[in-house]
Amino acid sequence: MSIEKQTIENLATLARLAIDDTRVEEMSQRLGSVLELVDQLKAADTSGLSGLDHPLNETQRLREDTVNKPNMREAFQAIAPDTEGDLYLVPKVID
Amino acid sequence: MNWETVIGLEVHVQLATKTKIFSAASTAFGAAPNTQACEIDLAMPGTLPVVNKQAIDYAVMFGLAIDAEIGKTSVFERKNYFYPDLPKGYQTTQLEQPVVGPGVVDIQLDNGDTKSIRIHHAHLEEDAGKSLHEGNFRSGVSGIDLNRAGTPLIEIVSEPDMRTAEEAVAFAKKLHSIVTSLGICDGEMSQGSMRFDVNISIRPQGEDKLGTRTETKNLNSFKFMEDAIRLEVERQIDVLEDGGEVVQETRLYNGETKVARSMRSKEEANDYRYFPCPDLLPVVISDEHVEQLRANLPELPDARQQRFMAEYELSQYDATVLSADASTASYFEQAAKQSGNPKLTANWVAGELSARLNIEAISLEQSPVTAEQLAGLVIRIADNTISGKMAKQVFEGIWNGEGDADQIIEQRGLKQVSDSGALEAMVDEVLANNQAMVDDYINTDADKRKKKLGGFMGQIMKASKGQANPQQVSQILAQKLAKML
Repeated sequence: MSIEKQTIENLATLARLAIDDTRVEEMSQRLGSVLELVDQLKAADTSGLSGLDHPLNETQRLREDTVNKPNMREAFQAIAPDTEGDLYLVPKVID
Repeated sequence: MNWETVIGLEVHVQLATKTKIFSAASTAFGAAPNTQACEIDLAMPGTLPVVNKQAIDYAVMFGLAIDAEIGKTSVFERKNYFYPDLPKGYQTTQLEQPVVGPGVVDIQLDNGDTKSIRIHHAHLEEDAGKSLHEGNFRSGVSGIDLNRAGTPLIEIVSEPDMRTAEEAVAFAKKLHSIVTSLGICDGEMSQGSMRFDVNISIRPQGEDKLGTRTETKNLNSFKFMEDAIRLEVERQIDVLEDGGEVVQETRLYNGETKVARSMRSKEEANDYRYFPCPDLLPVVISDEHVEQLRANLPELPDARQQRFMAEYELSQYDATVLSADASTASYFEQAAKQSGNPKLTANWVAGELSARLNIEAISLEQSPVTAEQLAGLVIRIADNTISGKMAKQVFEGIWNGEGDADQIIEQRGLKQVSDSGALEAMVDEVLANNQAMVDDYINTDADKRKKKLGGFMGQIMKASKGQANPQQVSQILAQKLAKML
C-alpha cells in the first residue's frame, strides 16, 4: 500500500518537517506499510470491546492545588535562543 | 426574504485555581512576564504533566450546575498545531471523553419566557501563552509571555439553539452568572477570564437545513459579542441576497473599530490530528466524590432568584438582576437586612448604584458606597427623613466620601419637613398668596381640577426649599382645597 504524494506533503507541512522530493516515494512506502499493519489489526473482532485509553491499566493521580514552583525565569531565559527584557523572542507571528 | 439566524457558542472559562492545570506554577493575574512559567509550562524535554485536582473538581461542579452527565472517566488528548505561545506543539485538551457531557442552561427572554439552551459538552484544557506583536523589544520579532500557558480552562460548547444576538448575550451572561456563583471563575472579562467564540449562520425562515457558518473568535465582552453578531448577520444576509455564498471561515472582530475581518478559511484550516495523550492516564472520578461535590454546591442563580422573590418579595425582574452574580447578591442581601426594607434597597442597588458603577466602569467590589452605607440611606428614605430627590444628593455625598447618610443629612441640612403643623402653615401661606390660582381651581370643572394641583405643589415645594414631604403636602393640599369648594 502506498500513500499519495499530496498526503505526504500535507502531513509534512502540518508536522513542520522538510521532506526532500526524492524521499517522498520512500516515505509513502514506509508509512503505507504501517497502515497495512493497521488494516491487519482491523480484521480482529472488537465488537463489544471499549477503546483503549492508555496502555497502562491505571488511572491518573491528581495533585493538590498548591503553588510550589519558584520563579526560574533567569535560568530558563539563559538557555533560550533569543530573549529581550522579560520576554522570549520568536520570528514575527501574524494572525 | 426573511432570514433566520442560528447561533452556537464556544465559551472558554479560566478556572480560579491557584496553580496551572498540569504544573504547580501560579496562575495569579498580572505577574511580570514569564515569572509564572515553569519547566512544564515551557515544555522542557523530560518534564511530565501532573493533573490539578481542583481543576477537575471545578469542571465537575460546572457539570452538576447544568444537570449534565459527568464523565466518570475522562481522557486528555493532544491537539497538534504550531504556534509560539504553545511551547509543546500541541494543546492538551479533551475530545472523545470530556469531563462534562450534555446538559442544559435556561435563559430568560425579554418577554419573560424561559428558553432552554442545550450544552453539547464541556471539556478541560490548557490555555496558551500570549504573543505580543509590539512592546519593549526590537521590531521584526514577536515577544512571548508564557505566564498564561497552562492555565486551566473549561471550554463550554453549546448546541446551535440561539436565534438572536439578545439570546446569545442572555446565554453568555447566564454562564457568567453560573461560574461566578460556583466560585470556579473570577468572571473578570477584561482580564480574559471568559472568552466567547460565536458560530453564526443564517437560513431562510422555515428552512430546516443549517446554512454555512462562520466563527467569530475571542470576544471578551457582552457588548462586543452583541455587536459582532449583528455585524456578521448583516454581512451574511448581504452576501446571500447579492447571490453569493457564505464561506466557512474564522473571523476576528475588533471591538474598538467595530470591524471584522477574515482570519483563515476552511481550505487552510488546521488538521489537528488529535490522539490520546500518552503522558496522562484516564482521570476517573468516583460516584462518591461527585455526590460530595453535589452536596457542597453553592447556591445557583436560579435558586437565588426564587429565594429573593419568596424571602424579600422582589419582582421577578429585580430578583433576576440582583441574583445574577454572587457579589451583587451578597451586597443586596447585606443592605436589605440592615435596612429592613428589601424593596427599596433593591431599587437602589439595581438603579442608582448600578448606573453609577457602570458610568465609572468599576465593579461592585470597588464601590465607594458600602452595603452598610446604602442601608443607612434607605432607612432615612423609608422613615421620611429625606425625600427621594434629597436621597440622590445624599448618595452623591456618600459616593464622594463625605461620610454616612446621617452625617451628610446633618451637614447639608437636608431634613425633610414632615411635621404636619409646619406643613399646614406652609400650605395656608401659599394658598393665601395665590388667590387667583385658588379662584381658578374653584371655577374649574370637577373632573379637570386634578390637573391644577401641580401648580400649587410647585409653589409649596419652592416655599419649603424642597424640604417638604411631598406625599404629606399633597394630602393636606387636597383637604384644604376641598373645604374651599
